[in-house]
Amino acid sequence: MSADLWVWVAAIFTLAIMSYLYKDNPVYKVAEYLFVGVASGYYLSTYYQNVMVPNLFIPVGDGVSALFGGQVTPDLWRLFALVLGIMLFTRVMPGPSWPSRWPMGLLVGAYSGLAIIGFAQGDLMAQLQDAMIPAVDGDSLRQFSESQSVGDYVINSLWVIGNISLIVGLLSTLYYFFFSKEHRGVSGHVAKVGIWFLMISFGASYGFTVMARVSLALDRLRFLFQDWMGFTIIS
Amino acid sequence: MLRREIPLLITIGVGWFMVLEFFLPILEPVSTELQSWAIIMTALASVLGVVNVARINTLKVSRKQKDWGYSVVLLLGMAVMISLGTVFPIIKSLFNIESAWGLGGMELSGVSRGTWFGQFYDSIFYPMQATMFSLLAFYIASAAFRSFRIRSVEAALLAITAMIIMIGRVPIGDAISGGFLPELSDWIMNVPNLAAKRAILIGAALGAISTGLKVIMGIERNFLGGD
Amino acid sequence: MAGVLHRIEHVDRRIIFLIMLVSISVPLFYPMNLPIRVSPEVRLYYEAIEALEAGDVVYLAADYDPGSKPELDPMLKASLEHLLRKDIRIVSATLWPAGVPLLEAGLDTYARDKYSREYGVDYVNLGFKEGKENVMVQLGKSFRAVFPTDAYGTPLEELPLMAEVDRFADVKLLVLISAGYPGTKEWVQQVRNRYNAPMISGCTAVSAPEYYPYVSSNQLSGLLGGLSGAAEYEQLIGEPAWGTTGMSAQSLGHVTIVILILIGNVVYLINHRRKVAA
Repeated sequence: MSADLWVWVAAIFTLAIMSYLYKDNPVYKVAEYLFVGVASGYYLSTYYQNVMVPNLFIPVGDGVSALFGGQVTPDLWRLFALVLGIMLFTRVMPGPSWPSRWPMGLLVGAYSGLAIIGFAQGDLMAQLQDAMIPAVDGDSLRQFSESQSVGDYVINSLWVIGNISLIVGLLSTLYYFFFSKEHRGVSGHVAKVGIWFLMISFGASYGFTVMARVSLALDRLRFLFQDWMGFTIIS
Repeated sequence: MLRREIPLLITIGVGWFMVLEFFLPILEPVSTELQSWAIIMTALASVLGVVNVARINTLKVSRKQKDWGYSVVLLLGMAVMISLGTVFPIIKSLFNIESAWGLGGMELSGVSRGTWFGQFYDSIFYPMQATMFSLLAFYIASAAFRSFRIRSVEAALLAITAMIIMIGRVPIGDAISGGFLPELSDWIMNVPNLAAKRAILIGAALGAISTGLKVIMGIERNFLGGD
Repeated sequence: MAGVLHRIEHVDRRIIFLIMLVSISVPLFYPMNLPIRVSPEVRLYYEAIEALEAGDVVYLAADYDPGSKPELDPMLKASLEHLLRKDIRIVSATLWPAGVPLLEAGLDTYARDKYSREYGVDYVNLGFKEGKENVMVQLGKSFRAVFPTDAYGTPLEELPLMAEVDRFADVKLLVLISAGYPGTKEWVQQVRNRYNAPMISGCTAVSAPEYYPYVSSNQLSGLLGGLSGAAEYEQLIGEPAWGTTGMSAQSLGHVTIVILILIGNVVYLINHRRKVAA
């Protein structure tokens, strides 16, 4: 067992949270509330030290000092940020909260503007361009001809139809999301193919999600067995 | 005017600046300053969230509502972390105190490693957050057994793909299939999965662009709330 | 028999928790030591760093928190190992407030202690900044505009490395270790095409499937997905660590889930058919 007090503290809190697997209980609740309190305090201190001091208070201080010295510097613009920041807190203060709409408007406008460019250039254009591919890829045909085992033939034949599958999958999935026309007859069949591609991608996502969750549990078990109890995990 | 029109004008103005700055580099100095303000506002909005948590739990304690005892624990944890990470550094800076405030071999004031703040992150924050997420492994196992029901062709497609990926992406898949399952899972990720995810990306991009345009043209106003 | 099957179908979930606990704990002590096959996108990630030359500067983003540390920390450590071994200089930062100590720990362990690199000359830790996409776009224009000081309060003008680099055009590659929002998707959207900045990414397994279109379109020059991605990368750089160690337990955990899905469905089908027949 570890002789380090802080390892024991971490182990106790780890087990307190894990106790929820058995059932909800006061030990878990105390740990949960303590976590929320510690996390909130951590975030506030981090924002203060890393954003408010270097990006707001220091520039405003420099700007005001320069102003008193007879100079007007670009740092003074940050005074507007300070005023808007104070207006934001009217949301939690007694009295009218409409002043908080000004900084909220700035945030909504900034993120919306960036989203338009980001999604258009980063997602839409780039993905449409990459979707322009030939129906059959020469390399995959060559690889198919070089297959040796049954497994190779199966995999390489899948790659031969890979490009056409990408095109069909993209178009049918996009068609599935087109709700202005009823999905009946031919259009129903196209939408159905889209659903199949979506189900395969959701299955892939589920498989990867399982991987993620198992990895998270492994790390905590490693801590409990190795760091706390002192067992050796064999690599 | 002050409650609706001016916030709306701010949204429209800032939004258009962010878009036009991409095409007109001459606007860069103004948009850079606006982005600096947005950085500060985002941080303050997060601080606002913390202040709200403190306000709600303080009310809970003062009114002795259900589970108010737990709120005391929350507020205590918050107070300790804020004291260590914010209040003590402010006091030291205001009074120009340069000497260390040591206790038990660790500095009381400050947020870096080697301080009590850093130690509480290592021993309380990190273990608990990591453990909360680790519980999901057990819940996903329970859901796999009790809720994952294959009742249709589509569900069967999802299940078969999931099982191929789960086995194919780890070493045991290579060992039991002589490389077939990993190759199959590579194909699944790079063809059908890619096709569907690309379609979702394109659809989401079209939706996000249209929503963004509605916001910066002043058509979408829900964020302003009621009067 | 019917009673047994009914009890199995409605078994207490805590029994399943126990089965899962045993299945992922035992391999930690009795590993299977199976060879790890490297997938194409992991090889691309490795080759992107291999293509760098000594003295090049990269921007390393550690955008994650303790909730995703088990998957992403092995990637960060392996990436630092690979970069420092090739004498690549590193400017690093995080957009997640809880990522600050994680980044600092990685840099201290590898850059400072293992490779004895000089802070300010060979590597810099800019710390954390809130602002998400705004920070990403601003960094493309000027690091100093976003980070007036580094993580320790030192003005960037006093750091020799920062005299050479001030925006993404000055770095050869962006190495993004990211858990969610803000992360890889936003970096690709806001930075990749806007500043023509090549980037590679390590991400959680949950996010990995949706980034395959970015790898295909070369917006990402390489991708590590989850702990298995970390394990494959560790194999390539010849430094097996926690990613590799975890693969036995990961394998058995996955097999357990597959068996649970199959048994759950078989039992459900039998019980359902019995009910319909009755």
